[in-house]
Amino acid sequence: MLSIKNLRAKIDNKEILKGLNLNINPGEVHAIMGPNGSGKSTLSNILTGKKGYEIEGEVTFEKEDLLKLEPEERAHKGIFLAFQYPLEIPGVNTNIFLKTSINAIKKARGEKELDAIEFLKLIKKKSADLKFDEKILSRQLNVGFSGGEKKKNEILQMSILNPKLAILDETDSGLDIDALRVVSEGVNTLRNQNNAFLIITHYQRLLDYVIPDYVHVLKNGQIIKSGGPELAKNLEKLGYKDFN
Amino acid sequence: MNSIEKNIDNLKDYKYGFITDIENIRAPKGLNEDTIKFISNIKKEPKWMLDFRIKAFERLKLLKEPNWQKPKFPKIDYQDLYYYSAPKSMDDKPKSLDELDPKLLETYKKLGIPLQEQARLNGIAIDAVFDSVSVATTFKEELIKQGIIFCSMSEAIQKHSELVRKYLGSVIPITDHFYATLNSAVFTDGSFVYIPEGIRCPMELSTYFRINASETGQFERTLIIADKGSYVSYLEGCTAPMRDKNQLHAANVELIALDDAEIKYSTVQNWYPGDKNGKGGIYNFVTKRGLCKGKNSKISWTQVETGSAITWKYPSCILKGDNSVGEFYSIAITNNYQMADTGTKMIHLGKNTRSKIISKGISAGNSDMMYRGLVDISARADNSRNFTQCDSLLMGNKCGAHTIPYIKNKNSKSKIEHEATTSKISDEQLYYCKQRGLNSEEAISLIVNGFCKEVLQQLPMEFAVEAQKLVGISLEGSVG
Repeated sequence: MLSIKNLRAKIDNKEILKGLNLNINPGEVHAIMGPNGSGKSTLSNILTGKKGYEIEGEVTFEKEDLLKLEPEERAHKGIFLAFQYPLEIPGVNTNIFLKTSINAIKKARGEKELDAIEFLKLIKKKSADLKFDEKILSRQLNVGFSGGEKKKNEILQMSILNPKLAILDETDSGLDIDALRVVSEGVNTLRNQNNAFLIITHYQRLLDYVIPDYVHVLKNGQIIKSGGPELAKNLEKLGYKDFN
Repeated sequence: MNSIEKNIDNLKDYKYGFITDIENIRAPKGLNEDTIKFISNIKKEPKWMLDFRIKAFERLKLLKEPNWQKPKFPKIDYQDLYYYSAPKSMDDKPKSLDELDPKLLETYKKLGIPLQEQARLNGIAIDAVFDSVSVATTFKEELIKQGIIFCSMSEAIQKHSELVRKYLGSVIPITDHFYATLNSAVFTDGSFVYIPEGIRCPMELSTYFRINASETGQFERTLIIADKGSYVSYLEGCTAPMRDKNQLHAANVELIALDDAEIKYSTVQNWYPGDKNGKGGIYNFVTKRGLCKGKNSKISWTQVETGSAITWKYPSCILKGDNSVGEFYSIAITNNYQMADTGTKMIHLGKNTRSKIISKGISAGNSDMMYRGLVDISARADNSRNFTQCDSLLMGNKCGAHTIPYIKNKNSKSKIEHEATTSKISDEQLYYCKQRGLNSEEAISLIVNGFCKEVLQQLPMEFAVEAQKLVGISLEGSVG
């Protein structure tokens, strides 16, 4: 599904990714762990098309050159990013944002757009599944949301848009146990043989709820070790220092 | 160049910029007593009207143009302008739309206002003003059955002179200020509305102003009187051809609401804004003032200002009647090199008077936007209240937004609230929207419409959709 070959990325002449390789197949959950500044967020930015990087290497998504596509085109293809810091958009109702988003994607795919009632049904079901307080949806997007509400809102958007590849950028940071459960349930409910997840995290604890197929350690812009779920547990014990 | 600035260059063309090739009757160039007599004569005005104009002209000679405004512009040569220009075909006074010059009908059709079709649709009555004359007014007969007068100003001066004489200049006196006084001397046409006591006007009344001729100033005059317990909703729209030279539009609009009456006045202003380098465009220097004369009366201004090279206006309310209410809802958008200095004045004279100001300014490109507003609560206006909210939204790094509220409270029992915010559409916000599948235009439109929502909701439904589109179009290509 996703293939990254020898990816290098620079910003302001500083090299952040230094030859990263990764393959993700449908049905897989990958976790990327790594110390601060190792290039985790840069990776998610590059996969979703954020501007401002000098990029070398090759990234394909379903055999198509991903780097050539605009951010919205990547979203249309089914790539979703749960932001580490979701943006506030004053004046824009969360419901309206979600409806505009899902219909923009449907339109780009040549599918029938949802009318108000179909959308309402969908959102009611998804919020109930995630035990998400619907009242939040009538508020302005992310404005005055608590940290937990913002992250849960990202997961709600993910479950509504039903992406092929979902990237979670430190979604678990700063969450209490209950919110963490909501996030992991969101992933587990959605997880199937046709989609894939790339979970970027600092901590092992999310991986207790969402069991990954692969764990990778990212350090100095490269994946220095890959393994199964047990690798995350070892990391937690030993710290990143010993992975040189 | 960042992605926001890059796309400012791709601004779409102004789609109302065409010129109608039509033969005109013009007054000779120049501002003098002969010009004023020419206008008065061609309109066959009674003597009192000519006297009114001459008096204003005498006063004008003593006045200087104000120069405290933020947008500066080269001095206007008032002797180098035409003050009257009308299609020659209007000379024969067409009695119905069928007799109207097909070129005029075609013009309005191109502007999206097919007069003949409109005449068959219910819900909106239109007065179409072309340069210096009103060329057609629809639904006049139906309205008159309820005693509602909706006609051109020229016709009102002939047929309803008592009302015009009583109220014209009663809210904006001929001594007011340079541009208002100039208008009093040389105004050509505009709309007149009278709603009789206890009548709720059953349809939207609207005027469509079109400047066509070159080197011509448009000086329209509108007068709306809502008698006791009546209600009217009125909307004006404006466009002009694309020309390299700046053109002056200096209108006066007077509203009078008697006891328990309500006037809702909406403007969708889309005058030619000049090209993307700031060449050409309309100078929109307009005086709009409403008088809540009676108790419990209400005047509400809603404006969507997207056009003009310079917009300079402060639609105001004088809250004279006890318990009267004034409202001002505004969206002003400047792009490229447009400039705006706009806001409102709320003058509280009566007891328990209330006013509300919601202003949303959006600046993009190299433009500059100023909100300037006055809230003045007089000593006897006990228990009066004002709430003001001014929000500015910036797009890109080269535009400006300024807010200057003037607040005068001479009454200790009254209350004034002022809130202001300035924000910027960031590349991060756009990236977030794009990651959710929206393209740049969709993202901008969503963010901007969210920002303006409170004001758009105030527009009559028929126009809200149009205005929403206009907001999108004005900013099209301004962010990437």
